[in-house]
Amino acid sequence: MEDQEKILSEVTDSDYKYGFQTDIETETIPKGLNEDVVRLISSKKEEPEWLLESRLKAFRHWQSMKMPKWAHLTIPDINYQDIIFYAAPKQGAKYESMDEVDPELIDTFNKLGIPLEEQKQLAGVAVDAVMDSVSVKTTFQDTLADKGIIFCSFSEAVKNHPDLVKKYMGSVVPYTDNYFAALNSAVFSDGSFCHIPKGVRCPMELSTYFRINASNTGQFERTLIVAEDDSYVSYLEGCTAPMRDENQLHAAIVEIVAMENAEVKYSTVQNWYPGNKEGVGGIFNFVTKRGICKGDNSKISWTQVETGSAVTWKYPSCILRGNNSVGEFYSVAVTNNYQQADTGTKMMHIGKNTRSTIISKGISAGKSQNSYRGLVKVLKGAENARNFSQCDSLLLGDKCGAHTFPYLEVDNKSAIVEHEATTSKIGEDQIFYCNQRGIDTENAISLIVNGYAKEVLNKLPMEFAVEAQKLLALTLEGSVG
Amino acid sequence: MNEVNNMLEIKDLKVNIEDKEILKGINLTVNAGEVHAIMGPNGSGKSTLASALAGRDYFNITHGKVSYQGKDLLELTPEDRAREGIFLGFQYPVEIPGVSMVNFLRTAINQKRKYQGLDPMPAGDFLKLMREKKKVVEINSDLTNRSVNEGFSGGEKKKNEIFQMALLEPKLAILDETDSGLDIDALRIVANGVNNLRSPETATIIITHYQRLLDYIVPDFVHVLYKGRIVKSGDKTLAKELEEHGYDWIKQEVEYGNA
Ligand SMILES: Nc1ncnc2c1ncn2[C@@H]1O[C@H](COP(=O)(O)OP(=O)(O)OP(=O)(O)O)[C@@H](O)[C@H]1O
Ligand SMILES: [Mg+2]
Repeated sequence: MEDQEKILSEVTDSDYKYGFQTDIETETIPKGLNEDVVRLISSKKEEPEWLLESRLKAFRHWQSMKMPKWAHLTIPDINYQDIIFYAAPKQGAKYESMDEVDPELIDTFNKLGIPLEEQKQLAGVAVDAVMDSVSVKTTFQDTLADKGIIFCSFSEAVKNHPDLVKKYMGSVVPYTDNYFAALNSAVFSDGSFCHIPKGVRCPMELSTYFRINASNTGQFERTLIVAEDDSYVSYLEGCTAPMRDENQLHAAIVEIVAMENAEVKYSTVQNWYPGNKEGVGGIFNFVTKRGICKGDNSKISWTQVETGSAVTWKYPSCILRGNNSVGEFYSVAVTNNYQQADTGTKMMHIGKNTRSTIISKGISAGKSQNSYRGLVKVLKGAENARNFSQCDSLLLGDKCGAHTFPYLEVDNKSAIVEHEATTSKIGEDQIFYCNQRGIDTENAISLIVNGYAKEVLNKLPMEFAVEAQKLLALTLEGSVG
Repeated sequence: MNEVNNMLEIKDLKVNIEDKEILKGINLTVNAGEVHAIMGPNGSGKSTLASALAGRDYFNITHGKVSYQGKDLLELTPEDRAREGIFLGFQYPVEIPGVSMVNFLRTAINQKRKYQGLDPMPAGDFLKLMREKKKVVEINSDLTNRSVNEGFSGGEKKKNEIFQMALLEPKLAILDETDSGLDIDALRIVANGVNNLRSPETATIIITHYQRLLDYIVPDFVHVLYKGRIVKSGDKTLAKELEEHGYDWIKQEVEYGNA
């Protein structure tokens, strides 16, 4: 409750708080995309031949593809020859101790509320900090290693755990999956890798913080999480970028594999720069996130709070292959000004007695467009599959749009699939009622919106729930009155 | 006139809704320590007066002055009016799904404290205060654990208004038909709530259609609002007369007087 208070007093703060740029020497490669660029990225990262081959295959496939047009989004053509595909803060990519890290970098992450010094960190959260194309520092690696847990940057994993990477990379999201997955598979830079061995409950939250800093660059990270039998991990991803007039591209892939009885919770607080109030600038966010419940009784749970980006295209999904496996998707997506979001999930029921839950809360303000798009698919063999979906939209003002696109494909008669949807508005009467009790309009909206999104926010780890509440309020600042 | 005592002074207040004049020149002075009752037929403008005092923005104030504790009330935002001690008990309290009573009231209290330059109230103190006031208005714990007014019965909503009033301790309470739809016990509780707040420093304006509430809360003055004007004022016996004879005789007086 004290936190609630802090949030409320901070609501009246600034616009986009993370819009600063770090003045640091950056090594970049020339703009543009072709096979040589793919080779250059691979050589910069000193990659083995198999990985280069895999990149090239993906690149050639991507060249044969077209940008998908089915989403409820208006996106200008992206000129891939005008984007820098690799940028790294100068100095060695990875630091052995804090003394080697550029103070500017430490300062940047401090300003973002992500101290890299372990002693200053929230106890119980290990962080992998990624700036532009490289991982800057991963904390608490030793503590985790004691339990046999691997948590490191993707590049390190390629060097130190090539067999695991080779086995699982692309096993959930193949490069052929979609346009942006192919692009990422060709040019991905860094990201996080996490492996939880059999029977281990990860003792702390694992977290990756992505920061775009350099201009004209795209960010293409990849995350791979493998949870072996009877293991558990909770993972959190956060992201921000400086304010710029030009759009920047972010196309990521996240893959999760959960074996028998394993549980993976993946939470995202997405706060890329959304563009200014007139809709200039902002991040184009095209992300493919998918998890497979491979073993029986496994569970994957996606929780996302989407407040940033000019355009969001994102459908964290679950393939429920193991019998009795469980998939969950909890989402709050907020759009203001000219932001556009088309987000949702896919639940693929393959195993018997598989269950999925979808709770989506869209909040639209300004002239924004907010769509939920979700597919529930029950295959022939999925006896007794259950799905419950609830999609709520909340509108602030009458110039924004909320849309719901539920798709259902059920091939087994024993399935029970429920879908509920509501649309509501924050009424003038509600605001005035709050005003009359001494609560100003900003705080009234914050109360109402956080109340509306409570069901989802409650799913986030405590520290991040607080952060997320603040963000909701900030994103909607100035949207009424 | 005693400046210190003067709580609210309304001078020739005219209010429009979409070009239609609803209040046609209201004059009313309320001193600290007083209870005023406003009665009048449906549609005469009672709620409009209450809302205009609270700062509802779709009303157009075309003429007049309102001073509250020496300040120009019409210059203040609705939230500042509330923080300065004006409380409106709504005729139709609003439901706010998802927002818990606790959160709502804590925010209200702390925003007021911030306005007064005070630190937020510690969580423990706040919960204690809630418990205390819940007892005063005999409100069910169950209700305060729910979202603001969501699914409350008509009577529960009214009781909740009084509960909020008790908690926020206003200087000037304006209660718009808080007695409508209450059972006998609730009526007594509401009256208790109001009487508890009564002090030489506070004042209350009670809008009601029924004499029976005024048996519990004895008003110092009774006013009749008709067609946007206060056409008659008197003491508590006026309410009794209205109960017995209805409004016809007043209407006739007005029409006759106007003719
Ligand atoms: N928002 C509004 N838009 C249009 N007309 C309104 C609005 N609010 C009030 N009115 C009109 O103003 C007049 C006065 O209404 P008001 O609610 O103040 O009456 P009242 O005296 O409180 O009546 P009651 O005893 O029925 O509560 C009525 O004719 C009503 O229709
Ligand atoms: Mg009324």
